Order: sequence, then C-alpha cells, then structure tokens
Amino acid sequence: MALDFLGLDITWDATLRNVILGSMILGLTSGVLGTFAVLRRQSLIGDALAHAALPGICIMFIVTGTRSSELLLLGGALSGLVGTAVLLAVTRWSTVKQETALGIVLSVFFGFGILLLTRIQHSGDSAQSGLDRFIFGQAATILPRDVLVMSIVATVAIGVVVLLFKEFKLVTFDPAFAASIGMRPDLLGAILAGLLVLAVMIGLQTVGVILMVSLLIAPAVAARQWTTSLSGMVLLSGAFGMAAGVAGSVTSSLVDRLPTGPMIVIAASIIVIFSLLIAPRRGILSTWRVRRIRARQFRAELALTDHHGVTRS
Amino acid sequence: MSQATLTANTTTPASGESVIQVRDLTVAYNESPVLWDVDLDIEPGKATAIVGPNGAGKSTLLKAILGLVPIAAGATRVYGAHLDTVRNRVAYIPQRGTVDWDFPTNALDVVTMGRYGRIGWFRRPGKADRSIAEECLAKVGMSDFAKRQISQLSGGQQQRVFLARALAQEADLYLMDEPFVGVDAVTERAIVQLLHEVRDAGNTVVAVHHDLESVTDYFDNVVLLNVRLIESGPVSKVFTEENLRRTYHGQSNPIAADGTTAAPRSGSELAPVRGVLR
Repeated sequence: MALDFLGLDITWDATLRNVILGSMILGLTSGVLGTFAVLRRQSLIGDALAHAALPGICIMFIVTGTRSSELLLLGGALSGLVGTAVLLAVTRWSTVKQETALGIVLSVFFGFGILLLTRIQHSGDSAQSGLDRFIFGQAATILPRDVLVMSIVATVAIGVVVLLFKEFKLVTFDPAFAASIGMRPDLLGAILAGLLVLAVMIGLQTVGVILMVSLLIAPAVAARQWTTSLSGMVLLSGAFGMAAGVAGSVTSSLVDRLPTGPMIVIAASIIVIFSLLIAPRRGILSTWRVRRIRARQFRAELALTDHHGVTRS
Repeated sequence: MSQATLTANTTTPASGESVIQVRDLTVAYNESPVLWDVDLDIEPGKATAIVGPNGAGKSTLLKAILGLVPIAAGATRVYGAHLDTVRNRVAYIPQRGTVDWDFPTNALDVVTMGRYGRIGWFRRPGKADRSIAEECLAKVGMSDFAKRQISQLSGGQQQRVFLARALAQEADLYLMDEPFVGVDAVTERAIVQLLHEVRDAGNTVVAVHHDLESVTDYFDNVVLLNVRLIESGPVSKVFTEENLRRTYHGQSNPIAADGTTAAPRSGSELAPVRGVLR
C-alpha cells in the first residue's frame, strides 16, 4: 500500500510501521531518562553502558545459540551493568579519573565484543547472521514482538519516573539535602541507573551500541534550552526524542539504503542545533541580541553623561 | 570553665536537655582524621557558631550529625534519639556552592522542596505545602522572585531561597553550612535578623561560620574546632584571644602532638584574629 505523506510516496507496510513505532518508543524513553542523566552529569555513563553491552550479546548467543532479541538484550544488559560497575569501581577505588576510566571500560568491552562477534561470524554457524545489527542498529529487523517488548519496558521505565518524580528531582538537584531529610540518594541513583539500562536496551536494536548515547544526550540538551521546569524538560525531551525517531525512520524509508539509526541521530542533532541557536533567553542568537542591546544602552547613557559633563564645565 | 568538667566527665554528661550530643566522634575520609575524638553538646534555644581554620572539619561535623558521612568511631544523638526518629525536627542548609544553580526550576519550587520530608514517598506537594512555601519566601523578602529561574538569582538571593527552604521544613533545629559566604551586606543583615527570630522563637541554630569579626554580634555560643574540639561554650567566656590562638596556631594540630604525622597549620590564618582582638 502506498501512502501520500507530505507529498512523498512511502510504502506503508508492516515493517515500516514497526520501525516507526519502535523508534518513537525509543525516542520517548531515552528522552525522558536522558534528562536525568544529563542533569546528573552522567550521560557518558550511558555511553559506557551501551558499548559494554556488545560482549554480553555475543556471549548470550554463544551460550544459548538463541536469535531472540529479548534474550540477546538481556545478555547485553548484564554485561552493560558489569561495565558500568567496573567504571564506577575504577573511579572510586583508584586514582584514575572518571573520563579516563570511561575510555578504558568503553574500548576494552567494545573491543572484546568485536572479537567475539568476529569469532561467531567465522564459525560458520548458520544462525549467527544478524548479530552485527547491534553495532549500528538495523531497525528493519524489529518485529511486532519486539515492539511489544519495547513498549512494556518503556511503560515500566516511565512509570517509575512518574511515581518517583519528586524524589528523582531532589536527589538530582541537591543530594546532600535529600539525604538530610531521609531520602536515599544512593538507592535512588541506582534506580535511575537501572532505568537508563532499560532505555539503552530498547535502543540497541534500532541505533546500536555506538550511537545510543546521542539519543540520551541530544533530546535533553535541546529541551533544556526551551524550558524552565524539570517536568517541562522531561516532557519536551521525550517529545523531541519521539520526533527524532519518527523523522529518522520516515526519512530512511524514503531514500533507498539510508540507515534508520544514524538518521534518527541526525534528526536529533538537527533539533539540538536549532535549539542552541534560536531558543529564547538561552539561545545563542538571543544572548547575542541582548548583549548588543545592552551595549547600545550603555553607549547612549555614556554619551548623555559625557554631554552633560561638557556643558557643565 | 565548664569545658574542663565536660572533658573530665564525658561518660555522664549533664546534657539531658542538650539538642545535639556528640561523643568521641572521629571521622576520616582517607588516612588522616578530619575530626578526632570530638565531644560536644549543643545548648537548646541558642545560636551557636562553629569556628575554625580551613580543613578543621567544621562542615564535616554538621554532616556527621546529619548522618551524611560515615563515622569511624563515636556517636551522635539529636534530641536524645537517633536522627532517623527526629528528622522532621531538623533543617539543613548545605553550602550554596554544592548545587548546580542552572537546574531548571524556580525559587518557589526550591522552597517547596523543604516540604518533601513531611510529604513522604510518592506523594506530590499539595496546596498547603505551596502556601507554606510562599509564606517562607515572603519571610526572606523574596516574594517577588517566586517564579524566577534560580540561575537568574544573585548569590545572596540564592542563599535566601535556601534559608526559606529550611524555614519551610518547620524544624526546631537549624544546621547551616557557611550561610554568609558570598552574600551581599543586605542579605547578610537579613539572614542574621531571621536567624535571631528563629532562635527567639525557641529554636536552636548551629552555623559553620568563618568571619571571626562577627561571631560576638551574631552568636550566643561558639564551638572552636580544629580537627579536635578546642573549646565550646558562651562567646563571652570561650571566644578569647588565647583560645583562638590555640585554634588557629600553635597547638592547633593535636594529631601531630600525639605523635602521628600531619602537617602543621599555616600561621597566616592567625591574621584575622589579631585584627578583631586587638
């Protein structure tokens, strides 16, 4: 069936519907959770988490021989958590700084994952096909069943955010004060990290381990430009994520051989660029304009006082 | 001096009425202790300053009382009980610089956070909480800034917002970490006035304070701290040149005197002491 979409012909079939739905769910979830990751300055932990998922996916395949996305992603989630734990442990117990530890964990886990992947691909196992879809993502492989799993996971993740919104807000803004009134910043931080794992797992099949982090960061950074409240930022970030998901998946279906995952990331980046430029008050153009107006005012005032001074003397 | 009897008699302190009891408190982040064997009682209904050089453990003392840092040895009690049972009676004002003021929220919303401890898990602040928050914002003279983004407030205004948040907690004990740092003169006067109002209403105020010149004007009692407790008691008795010298100089490092290694404190911090106690 062909549908006239914005004057362009796209083939509206079940595959495209799954891709668009999956991308929307992904954009929404990563937008909502990315807000907290960005505000807590932990967005790069999501990057380590995503890269560290690759060896887990491969090990799960080697051990079980399964091709089901849920099982493979479960393996990915486990090794992602191990990678994150190593990152936090190295940062805490050694003199290595966090960004250095991040680089180590990210490349070691990802390198190990690629090594396993290469072994699997040369093993001649007929079932091995398609594991590399987790590197850059391959949205066309999303099945109706995957969409269902994604929407359940997304509902759980967003439900927890709604339920614990007040708590997440306070531990993000002022953890010491939160602890003083009996909240548990460590526990709430761990819950947020767990939700971040869920968001990353939703995204691996669509955008892959390498580009996943941009979907956590971009919608949140863009949303921060336009809002003055945390709830507004969460909603807008989720909306931007969804918009990027739809725009990316539709665009990639319009042009032959255009990959979906990278298109979603490019769409999100365009939203960021526009937001950084034209947002009122926080935007670059707005700041620049205000500065010019101020300078003109100062010049006018100075000219006035100068004139005054001259006539008086 | 009462200090002598306290140190000689720490096992049975005459402190049934003290708001905070600190016994043998030792806190260490790494190898060297930040607080060493501190015994302290905070008198109710008074404003008490915690004074000492940089690195003396002033902020850590507040955090230990609030259970925010792990304690290596000793114990603290608030209102004679474990902190967990009396949390709603305690308000804490962290140092202003410890939070990101670019967080997307406004002044009123931050003050409303003072209600979170009473609201409890999962529930949202209601109308009553909002109106209490508005009253508290008015008390610090910030009603006009209720909807202002916190990033657009001056340092003094941000400190007032933190103070209003503490007031919204409707506590009996107020623990403040450097409330006067980086604030303008108007805000400093406003904070002092409010601090005295809070005290005169029967509450207890404890503030980490670094400006020796204003201790006598602002506070009733003083705790002189330099890793160890040097002295504590009424300002008129304890805030003497000799005690300040011991706090900031000379035997200021009891750990080193005990034979363990620690660098002696710089004598340059004595300069403001000479200025005020000429």
